[in-house]
Amino acid sequence: MTQTLFDKIWDTHQVAQTATGRHLIAIDRVFLHERTGAAALKRMAEIERKILDPARVFAVMDHIVDTRIGRGDSTLMQGGEAFITETRAACRDAGITLFDVNDRDQGIIHVISPELGIVLPGITLVAPDSHTCTQGAFGALAWGIGSSEAEHAMVTGVLRLERPKTMRVLLEGALSEGVTAKDMALHLIALHSAGGGAGHAVEFAGDAVTALDMEGRMTLCNMATEFGAMAGFIAPDAKAFDWLAGKRYAPDNFDEPYWANLQSDAGASFDTEITIDASAIAPMVSWGTSPEQAIAIDARVPAGPRKVHDYIGLEEGTAIAGTPIDVAFIGSCTNSRISDLRLAAKLLEGHLIAPTIKKAMVVPGSLSVKRQAEAEGLDKIFEAAGFEWRMSGCSLCFYAGGEGFPKGSRTISSTNRNFEGRQGPGIRTHIASPETVAASAVAGAIADPRELARKKVAS
Amino acid sequence: MKKLPDVWGGDAAPLVVDNVDTDTIIPSREMRSTGRAGLADGLFAPWRYTDADARTPNPDFVLNQDTYSSATILAAGENFGCGSSREHAVWALAEFGITAIIAVSFAPIFYANCLRNGIVPIALPRKAVDRLAAEYVTIHLTDQQVTGAGNIYNFDIDPEAKHMLLNGVDAIDLTLTDRGAIETWTQRDRTARPWVYLEQTK
Ligand code: SF4
Repeated sequence: MTQTLFDKIWDTHQVAQTATGRHLIAIDRVFLHERTGAAALKRMAEIERKILDPARVFAVMDHIVDTRIGRGDSTLMQGGEAFITETRAACRDAGITLFDVNDRDQGIIHVISPELGIVLPGITLVAPDSHTCTQGAFGALAWGIGSSEAEHAMVTGVLRLERPKTMRVLLEGALSEGVTAKDMALHLIALHSAGGGAGHAVEFAGDAVTALDMEGRMTLCNMATEFGAMAGFIAPDAKAFDWLAGKRYAPDNFDEPYWANLQSDAGASFDTEITIDASAIAPMVSWGTSPEQAIAIDARVPAGPRKVHDYIGLEEGTAIAGTPIDVAFIGSCTNSRISDLRLAAKLLEGHLIAPTIKKAMVVPGSLSVKRQAEAEGLDKIFEAAGFEWRMSGCSLCFYAGGEGFPKGSRTISSTNRNFEGRQGPGIRTHIASPETVAASAVAGAIADPRELARKKVAS
Repeated sequence: MKKLPDVWGGDAAPLVVDNVDTDTIIPSREMRSTGRAGLADGLFAPWRYTDADARTPNPDFVLNQDTYSSATILAAGENFGCGSSREHAVWALAEFGITAIIAVSFAPIFYANCLRNGIVPIALPRKAVDRLAAEYVTIHLTDQQVTGAGNIYNFDIDPEAKHMLLNGVDAIDLTLTDRGAIETWTQRDRTARPWVYLEQTK
């Protein structure tokens, strides 16, 4: 019988099926962070429930940690320190591995999990964080859950699930110059809506996907949750295995037959199939307050709900390029890995950000990315251009009450969510690729990265 | 988990907006402690208050209106609860007193979180939601029906989830009744996929 990659992973992990049609699915790894992790661990301690296998549970401080150089436990967010100290104590009591504030492996959960080989092809991995789907780039079934479900997975080793439907998104053709995985994700969501993947586990395939490097694949899978999907993943190939080989928690080799079998069989059928011409994708930028409200960088703002136009301060028919911005941010689990930083730095080299920019920041996805970037001199390029260079964490990806900007400020951000208030009360967020953020910072307004690249070649 | 009654009713607070995200339901800055209590005050803070710090109520926001200030039922749009997985969104709604949300559709993590916390997520076609919004509606959980505005609508809910809501069953306790099967499976898996199992390092 032909099977999809999803079927194979699901079946391998099926422990039992309940009388009511639920599936008990074994969970191989659980990852917690300080924003929601302490809530789960503390409650388990209160009702005296123990983690079944603490060696397979990990935690990291990433969401509210300060990202300024020289940081400690105190946070810019009021009361944040309690989340850090309580999570630390709860992890110690529970006997799980914690990547603490200034641990050399600290970083955003979905950046460090692959770096450490915690995620592996063909495993199930859950975390109380919606962007856990990022890790599907390695052919894992990885998805976000709530705190109660995290408790459930830790205590029982399984989750009680309904089997999702399967979807394949085929991205065919070659991306044109200056177009990235981020643009692919935004293009897909703009075309098929923020609920387009609802109820589905989504496999990304096609030559535009296999051509991506692992960082690009993570960016694409990262936004599966913005597409409404349970999970997004890509069949692991030599690129994926090579990337993980030798990582701390990864096995020494990937010779097992299980790994060789991790792809959808030819002729396997999916509940839903979508095909997209990847060669037609342009650099994308969001104009509204949902990731589906995204357009090509050279397009005009379409008609949308009145509330959205009012919030974002852009009327129908306005060219999105040329919209003045106040803040530029490169970071988040979507786009803060070394290849993201290399591409942005390459564009920025020899340029200065516009004087009207009030803040420009680069927050590497992990301390390991930070060290690598510094070894390559990228930090110097960013700083020379006028960007601040930070420690790693989620930072401006979301607003917890710490670093903020005046109401109405407009940001261009390499993050994944442009919701109302996501970056602070009244903040207008435009999400785009790190290259678009870099080019826009130089222009002082939303700008096409391809133009800056052309200028560079010409000069 | 508290048991839900078989039948209850209330005025469905109309909030039929699409893509309402969990950052709006409970902004991160309103999650002030590591626990799950004390969140109701921050529920919908960006919309409910004109000044969130001073807690100045926005008279236009539905939950600030007399009829809905102690609403138990919410009528919502498409993809309700999208975004961050924070269960705090559901904890805040539950603490406020919400026991059912009638929406065009739900984001998946949010949907699962509702079931774990005594809120019935009811997905109905947009037309039905539009009709029920701002009406007195009755929910019949056993029969999986919503009545209101002179209409009866059937809704889907997983039988196991329904059983758990009606009987206040905790999912972990339920799963632990299958402990034997889990142990047997794990024994076998340790041989099949030994690389999954890690040594305790710290
Ligand atoms: S970087 Fe942003 S999206 Fe990613 S885990 Fe952190 S807060 Fe969530």
